[in-house]
Amino acid sequence: MFYRESGVFKTSYAADTALMPLPNTRIGAALAGVIFLAVLPMVFGEYGMSICNLILIAIVGAIGLNILVGYTDQVSLGHGAFMSVGAYAAANLVVRMDMPFWVAIPAGGVMAAFIGTLVGIPSLRIKGLYLAITTLAAQLIIEWTINHVPAISGGAQSTILMPPPEVFGVVLKFQWQIYFFLMVFVIIAMVGAANLIRSRIGRAFIAIRDQDIAAEIIGINIARYKLYAFAISSFYAGVAGVLYTYYLGIANYEQFQLTVSIDFLAMIIIGGLGSPLGPVFGAIFVTLLPILVRRFLETFGGYFMDYSTLAATIPSLRLAIFGSLIIFFLVVEPEGLNRLWRKVRNYFRTWPFSY
Amino acid sequence: MGDHHVSMPADILPHLTVDAVEKRFGGVVAVDNISLAIRRGEIRSIIGPNGAGKTSLLNTISGFYRPEKGSIRFEGHDITHARPSEIAERGIARTFQNIALFAGMTVLDNLMLGRHVHMRAGVLASFVYWGMAQREELAHRIRVEEILDFLELQDIRKQFTSALPYGMRKRVELGRALALEPKLMLLDEPMGGMNQGEKEDMARFVQDVNQKFGTTIVLIEHDMAVVMDISDSVTVLDRGRKIAEGTPDEVQRNPAVIEAYLGAGHQAGAAA
Repeated sequence: MFYRESGVFKTSYAADTALMPLPNTRIGAALAGVIFLAVLPMVFGEYGMSICNLILIAIVGAIGLNILVGYTDQVSLGHGAFMSVGAYAAANLVVRMDMPFWVAIPAGGVMAAFIGTLVGIPSLRIKGLYLAITTLAAQLIIEWTINHVPAISGGAQSTILMPPPEVFGVVLKFQWQIYFFLMVFVIIAMVGAANLIRSRIGRAFIAIRDQDIAAEIIGINIARYKLYAFAISSFYAGVAGVLYTYYLGIANYEQFQLTVSIDFLAMIIIGGLGSPLGPVFGAIFVTLLPILVRRFLETFGGYFMDYSTLAATIPSLRLAIFGSLIIFFLVVEPEGLNRLWRKVRNYFRTWPFSY
Repeated sequence: MGDHHVSMPADILPHLTVDAVEKRFGGVVAVDNISLAIRRGEIRSIIGPNGAGKTSLLNTISGFYRPEKGSIRFEGHDITHARPSEIAERGIARTFQNIALFAGMTVLDNLMLGRHVHMRAGVLASFVYWGMAQREELAHRIRVEEILDFLELQDIRKQFTSALPYGMRKRVELGRALALEPKLMLLDEPMGGMNQGEKEDMARFVQDVNQKFGTTIVLIEHDMAVVMDISDSVTVLDRGRKIAEGTPDEVQRNPAVIEAYLGAGHQAGAAA
């Protein structure tokens, strides 16, 4: 069950470049598959599954942002806005043209990728904080535009009602149905991102992150690859936006504001920048933490204050605890949860005979 | 040294022509009206005191600096205003004085990046990684493994370059440049900061590359013993200008060179 190279001999380069080179990892992945596909849906009810669904959607978005920020080192504060572009593009297609989900989801992704590429153009000239500011501007501009153009937003409330997706004639109404629906996209997103990173395109991204001058000198057209990174990342964001819209049943720009962009940045930083499993850990952590903190306060808060003050303080107390936990984690493990996972893995690599 | 190329027919045209190139930074003329004709298959060393403009000249050739005047031609193509990535695609690779490896990647991935210009897989093919992208990846992996064998780097192929000792990193950088299968290699002080043993290894690799693959090599180096030993010809720069050029013997006897290195009044031959 442990991660161990010892005794595993590869006889081809194909085996050496496999996503999961060790038999133990494959067993672990299969086990995780059983847990996520069979055990979780059996254990949780509708509410539990709805939280799992939120996590799945966050994973798709976080993987996308990780490609841009973690692997290519381009900051983006516009991830929420790219999600809203996908969401409204899909909602309009579904509502006005009666498109099925398998058109709406890629279409939302493509639309977001298009806008994301436009927003990425300044990255050819500027880096770091300056790029963060231009993407922040994009976030606000996109928010404003969607809110103020009725042709996109569908009128006064900037809200479009989205019918649930229909798969092979079955309308997905229950959370566990949505769960399996989302899981398909999560798996595609994860495998696709891992493939990108281990091949020519991903190596070029990492090269730009590590040494942009050297990247150029070995023939990488930096401008083109930066835009690729923006396009891929916002495609993921767009798809996550569409999935979220299906999940909520409405497209609403308030679901995709600046705080969402920051939440996603928090996910990939806490999870571990530029690591394959980091976004998954980060998405779970950042989605679950506020929910658990509120649960905790609701359960135990009564011992410290009376219930009327508790009800008033829970929202702000939740934010404070959430924030301090993030700070605590970053101080203890600056490289994120993925690093923690690797430490555990490496400990058992030679266990029980470490020397 | 270097007689292997004399009979080659392509020798008639220079492989790389630098014609009256000038590069200024404000009032400073870093490269002042320099012309070079590098023959195909030769090892050309560029020497000169600190600040002579050697690295600036290399940066101009590899496209980082846009020269104010003059032109650069490679294999008959004008590359004066080409982007660095285009110049790499044409077959010019280079290494850096202060090592520019990708620290967050393994030796293997660094060399695979050298294959970038020879690979075609786009975003979609890489995303799917089935069929074409995988076949291409494995085919190029074989080429990279050949280079790892050639430079004796097999045992560290899965190590991160940030964890390697200095001399090894220089060798990996040479490997990355070599993975590009360049026709011309620009090496900026490949032996700088090395001990004698490492220098000898590196000198041997440079000569091997030159002889086995016929790669033209332009080399900046401060170690005169190495320069005189492996170069076919030597160009001497001082304060942005070319002050001498010729075989190692000719250059060593040139009074202008001796003056630039040691100041006026020294005896001929002392520069070596």
